[in-house]
Amino acid sequence: MTRTFLGMPATAPRGVGHLREGEPFPAAARRALGDPQLRRNLGHATTTIRAKSGRVIGELPDWQQLRDAGSALKADTMARLPELLEQLESAVTAAGGTVHWAADATEANRIVTGLVRATGEQRVTKVKSMATQEIGLNEALAAAGIEPVETDLAELIVQLGADRPSHILVPAIHRNRAEIREIFLRAMPGVDPALSDEPAALAGAARAYLRETFLRTKVAVSGANFAVAETGTLAVVESEGNGRMCLTLPETLITVMGIEKVVPSWRDLEVFLQLLPRASTGERMNPYTSMWTGVTPGDGPQQVHLVLLDNGRSAVLADEVGRQALHCIRCSACLNVCPVYERTGGHAYGSVYPGPIGAVLSPQLTGVADNASLPYASSLCGACFDACPVKIDIPSILVHLRGRAPHPRAEAAAMAAAAYVMDRPRLYAAAQRAARLGRLTGRRGRGLPPPLSGWAASRDVPEPPPATFREWWARR
Amino acid sequence: MTSRDVILGRIREALRGYPAAGAVPRDYRGSDDEPADMDLLAGRLADYRAHVHRTATIGIAATIARILGDGRVVVAPPGLPLAWLPSRVEVLIDDGLPDERIAAADAVVTAAAVAVAETGTIVLDASADQGRRVLSLLPDLHVCVLRPEQVVPRVPQAIARLDPRRPLTWISGPSATSDIELNRVEGVHGPRNLHVIIAEDGS
Repeated sequence: MTRTFLGMPATAPRGVGHLREGEPFPAAARRALGDPQLRRNLGHATTTIRAKSGRVIGELPDWQQLRDAGSALKADTMARLPELLEQLESAVTAAGGTVHWAADATEANRIVTGLVRATGEQRVTKVKSMATQEIGLNEALAAAGIEPVETDLAELIVQLGADRPSHILVPAIHRNRAEIREIFLRAMPGVDPALSDEPAALAGAARAYLRETFLRTKVAVSGANFAVAETGTLAVVESEGNGRMCLTLPETLITVMGIEKVVPSWRDLEVFLQLLPRASTGERMNPYTSMWTGVTPGDGPQQVHLVLLDNGRSAVLADEVGRQALHCIRCSACLNVCPVYERTGGHAYGSVYPGPIGAVLSPQLTGVADNASLPYASSLCGACFDACPVKIDIPSILVHLRGRAPHPRAEAAAMAAAAYVMDRPRLYAAAQRAARLGRLTGRRGRGLPPPLSGWAASRDVPEPPPATFREWWARR
Repeated sequence: MTSRDVILGRIREALRGYPAAGAVPRDYRGSDDEPADMDLLAGRLADYRAHVHRTATIGIAATIARILGDGRVVVAPPGLPLAWLPSRVEVLIDDGLPDERIAAADAVVTAAAVAVAETGTIVLDASADQGRRVLSLLPDLHVCVLRPEQVVPRVPQAIARLDPRRPLTWISGPSATSDIELNRVEGVHGPRNLHVIIAEDGS
């Protein structure tokens, strides 16, 4: 047994949060592909957002220069992460806030639950946050008798529908307006039975339903898009105003943020505030961005907490190829351009981080063995790399992680044998004739015996043709 | 050993051999001093469904009166020029008004700190003529008065002007969502009506 030094980078613990696949991607994807409504909804939404985003990105003559700056800023941040986090801590503390450090999901949940308990409140409003979804905070709060109320429209749709989020930006992207109307009629207390499925009417229903809750709830939990080390300023980028409600009305505000979200200086926001909205919702600027620095006397929450979360991030940082996954600003552009995501949707990826970025982030946060099929959930077409506003080379990380995924020993032996055969034309022709026997192995290789069945579970073995090209050529 | 020590220790360990960070290239359009394009601002505001009114300073009060109509209850921050407020409305000056009273008001009138022409954004920084953040949040109608010298061309100039120690609210159009089929729909929790008055000849 090896004794682990406490300071070694660690992956996210099992048994808490939502980072692990319940079943391998190919199995989940196959089921999703059989749902024509899901495919229509996803196709419509991703086509819409690609067009919008492309239009507003095209308006900026310096988009590529902004991407270069964003990418370099993130690399610089990672190189100086310890000192920047310490600087952030002192700045937030000096401005009247309290900083907490959470090594993993369990500790973060314990800290937040304890902070809410100390207020004596039994309900919290929540601003959409990937970090709190990742750690399963809602479940932890509910177990402690505290009701978490999701206030983002899409999160509300997911929560009322007892569903799972399927997109970073638009967690209910798999639902169309008619389905959303049905969920509201079924699960939203006091909703008008004559509610139409017009998007404006649906948004109005959410407004009416949540208004009282906003005014009466004294504790809110948020994430953060950016935290400025230099000034201690936190920023939340949103659309609906539910974020402003949660960040302004309560007496206590608890923000949970991954350690990689820090940016060095105030000026750096001039880059990210141009990159994020255009890559994300395809807007020149999102409707609302809130920035706060500690406590402002007489304005907004007077108790301000910041929980800094590791939960596997240090393990990602330790991988010299994979660490750039931490540069992600959660815009979801890579999801919207991915041919795999567009067809399978987010649920197939298991983790709260779906799509191309999820396929590189989740396996690194948990250790590749716990999300072994995700590095293969891609055709390596590279569209994600082109779309990424901070230029994360997702295809290279995917290939790198495939090398680290568990491989059956038989695979190496088979590859060596294949290399030998391919070097010898006579043997190769014989092998091709033999491959026709492969038709006996079942459709796409699913009938292969172990250990090759494990190998074929995440790969489609093409069905051998009745005649090879060489044979066809020889007959001409 | 605290969690703080654990996390910082893990990161330092992970960073062993990490290449030293290079300089950040800032070749994008920076914060040079250049005049802002008022027509661009007006167009971009309107593009995101804000109502834009362009008037001389002397016309501010009349424009606000026209937007608000008669007999409405209007919240105003303590430092707002009183001359802007029409006589035929009930004015609640914020001296620590409870949230419920602000929510029950028909409208709020504020000034702004900065506006960004390229993105159609106004930024409030909670100065006395803009007030607490909650004022511009709860009423369904927000009227915001801009002076031309507050308008900058792009985001970098806005960042350079703003003070991060103040609570900042960046507003680009009325409350909206993209959560239903990824199309922008106006009107969720924030004000559903945003009117921006650009006072053209300065103050």
